[in-house]
Amino acid sequence: MRIVTARRASQVFFVVAFLWFCTAATLGERPWQLRGWPVNWLLELDPLVGIATLLSTRTLYAGLFWGLATVALTLLLGRVFCGWICPFGAMHQFIGWLGRRSRKLPAQLEMNRFRPAQAVKYYVLIFFLAACVLLPREWMSSGSLQIGLLDPLPLAHRSVNLILLPLADRAGLGLAPLPRFYEGAGLIGGVFLCALFLNLWIPRFYCRFICPLGALLGVLSRWALWRVARTEEGCTDCRRCERSCEGACAPTAKIRISECVMCLNCLDECRHDAITYRTQPSAAGEALLPDLSRRGFVVSAVSGLLAAPVLRLDGTSGPNWYAGLIRPPGALAEEDFLARCIKCGQCMRVCPTNVIHPAGLEGGIEGVWTPKLNFRVGTSGCQHTCIACGHLCPTAAIRPVSLDERLGRSGFAGRGPLRIGTAFVDRGRCLPWAMDKPCIVCQENCPVSPKAIFTREVFNPVRTSVALTVKGTDRGRLLLAADALEGGRFGTGDYHALLPGGRRLRIAAHTAAELELERPLAAAEAPPPGSPVSVQVRLQQPYVDPKLCIGCGVCEHECPVLGRRAIRVTAENESRSERHRMVL
Amino acid sequence: MAPDPLLNRREFMGRAARAGAALLAAGGIAFLTHDPSGPQPASEELAASGLPDFSLPEAGRKMCIARGADRLRTLPLALQALGGIETFIRKGDRVLIKVNAAFASPPLLSATTHPELVSELTRLCLKAGAAAVHVADNPINDPASCFALTGIGQAARSAGAEVVLPEERFFHPLTLPDAHLIKNWPVLLDPLVRATKLIGLAPLKDHHRSGASMVMKNWYGLLGGRRNIFHQDIQTIIAELARMVKPTLVVLDGTTTMVSNGPTGGSLADLKDTRTLILGTDQVAVDAYGATLLGKTAADLPFIAKAEALGAGSADYRALSPIEVSA
Repeated sequence: MRIVTARRASQVFFVVAFLWFCTAATLGERPWQLRGWPVNWLLELDPLVGIATLLSTRTLYAGLFWGLATVALTLLLGRVFCGWICPFGAMHQFIGWLGRRSRKLPAQLEMNRFRPAQAVKYYVLIFFLAACVLLPREWMSSGSLQIGLLDPLPLAHRSVNLILLPLADRAGLGLAPLPRFYEGAGLIGGVFLCALFLNLWIPRFYCRFICPLGALLGVLSRWALWRVARTEEGCTDCRRCERSCEGACAPTAKIRISECVMCLNCLDECRHDAITYRTQPSAAGEALLPDLSRRGFVVSAVSGLLAAPVLRLDGTSGPNWYAGLIRPPGALAEEDFLARCIKCGQCMRVCPTNVIHPAGLEGGIEGVWTPKLNFRVGTSGCQHTCIACGHLCPTAAIRPVSLDERLGRSGFAGRGPLRIGTAFVDRGRCLPWAMDKPCIVCQENCPVSPKAIFTREVFNPVRTSVALTVKGTDRGRLLLAADALEGGRFGTGDYHALLPGGRRLRIAAHTAAELELERPLAAAEAPPPGSPVSVQVRLQQPYVDPKLCIGCGVCEHECPVLGRRAIRVTAENESRSERHRMVL
Repeated sequence: MAPDPLLNRREFMGRAARAGAALLAAGGIAFLTHDPSGPQPASEELAASGLPDFSLPEAGRKMCIARGADRLRTLPLALQALGGIETFIRKGDRVLIKVNAAFASPPLLSATTHPELVSELTRLCLKAGAAAVHVADNPINDPASCFALTGIGQAARSAGAEVVLPEERFFHPLTLPDAHLIKNWPVLLDPLVRATKLIGLAPLKDHHRSGASMVMKNWYGLLGGRRNIFHQDIQTIIAELARMVKPTLVVLDGTTTMVSNGPTGGSLADLKDTRTLILGTDQVAVDAYGATLLGKTAADLPFIAKAEALGAGSADYRALSPIEVSA
């Protein structure tokens, strides 16, 4: 078997595995849904996730030790991860091949020549790694883990989770019973499409110029035991090998080891067996490390180190926190959260109710594409008996809390349930408060016991055009002096007649001038003719008890005031931050 | 600068022909797509109503009150008292069981139909020769989570029924003739029109807005869209639902009743052991009796009188001489 056939088989395998893991990150009971499938495995294999979180937290969380395997593989064999495993790389390679296959040899050579700008990805890497270093507390900052913006595996997961799968679902894949929405999908999709389409001009554009993981593996591959090399004899300088060189590493000249993605096309292309994979250096010489300027290195490292302290001067993770940013249950306090979240979108994918969304600028620039809750979208609010997101989070930015901890049961009874925010009634929009309309959908749907939303009963006079006067009674019915009432409107069970003396009886049915009350009026209690009577609506006005409210947002989701809900959850009183505490 | 060479005849004809064809095509497209009046306001036409009548006149108006804590014993016993499941389900029937799976909460909290009733009723229907049993609801919380956490999905499937998750394509607008509220409203029609028999299987619960959630309120789960606006006139919508749905049989489960914090409950403290299962063909009568288990009377619940006035049944359950049995 040709070596490139083996490589293609490996790439197909990992792309299929990747798509499968994304698909399987669905909560449910069917075999294809979450059943211990290693849906985070590719993210964990990504050593950049491991190293970056190690720098920002000084710990290596759970499955992230898998990154060691990739490091070992690279130290031994070079950037095999890029050429054989990385699903994003495989997509780039395929599209790049589409763009180059019908070109003539000189054009292909031009596309695949080494460009000095390939050094950019090393500066990207240095900047992001410097930004996530955990600095001393006096510096006002823990690390800011921004690597997920460009790290290929979080980027690919985010793009497939939030763009491709919802699109495929709308086209009839049938993964989710209701179509899924994700805020700001345009930008995520735009970045994804740009990254893919750039390959039509320069193959593996992303891998060559941007990819920080490729840069990391490129640096590690300087110690690789085996490398691609040009042999001493046989090369005719025909440069056929370079026309399909994925890394643009110039295998016939002084080969740039850090750029070689181990596609091994050169071995396959060469008709003179002049390219080989061996332990001795290439006969034409080797460049082990990228050409980085000292200036560029210092600039990217210093600006990276300054990034977190500077970004946090705006106070979004401090006193200027945005109340509309609701984090998923189990999310760490904001600074610790930002030191871990890689923006991979796994929590958004697995959320059964589609309430977890990629944030825009709610959490500042650092918070872009981190998870936030949007209760207007989705099948319901955040289900208070669900703990899926924390159990999927590959970096524990959302802790894997137990159901007992979330609900505040057994060992956690003393602390009470996890709160992600507090609901506030907007009395200017709430139907019973502002419009004299009975409603209390929010109270009905409040899932905690006793309910955090309670009501107080009031009776408000309805707007009638004329004052009502009693004419008399007839078989226990109340007769009015004039045809004053709109037909049938007050017979819903919510309206009452207020009789002289303060007696209030529910209106069961009525016509324009005749009221049938909940029970026939006895002769003794019949109001004298000429006495005034008024119609009142019984309203239950909702209040929130902040001690009981967990911020689940079910009320906000169900509120019939659809545009801007009349009850809304904001982050006050969330458990993850003592500083956001609202009540004693 | 040299003057342009003259256009020869062939080139001129060719160019003129292409320009003419382009003009013709543009004109044709403009003619075919021309809309002189612009968009019109949305049509006021009401969707046709199309809910089958599932009631069995020959079964008569019957009711049974079965006492006992074990649903697996009270349900067959009550059915026996009403003449056996065969009275309602015939060979080849396609049965739809409308459960209450509104919330993603465990059966222990009694906010939803108990899974034991789902499996036992399914088993009995299949034993009576039903060709298929479907279990449906359009829950308030996430549908998949609801059917999973309530245990209803598992119970239905293990007994041989099929669970219908409310997909958008199953809903169609329906208009109830002369109704105030159910006009052009999306209803979970697909499973209903495919069924030949309909059984309502509801838990007995406190309900802050309407007073009680029982058999008639359970039909709320057939509505789609932003049905929450009906809470502004909850009594009328329940009565209209009762008029819209003519079930074969209804089952009201008061084995454990949620007496407070309804309709979600959430705590065992909200529940009361009432050890009663009510079966009947008259949904108004069954609810009227159910009210007593909540410590209320039919008069406290305006939707009962409204439903009666709309001809959905009779609030005077005593007139049905309910059969009382004990397990």
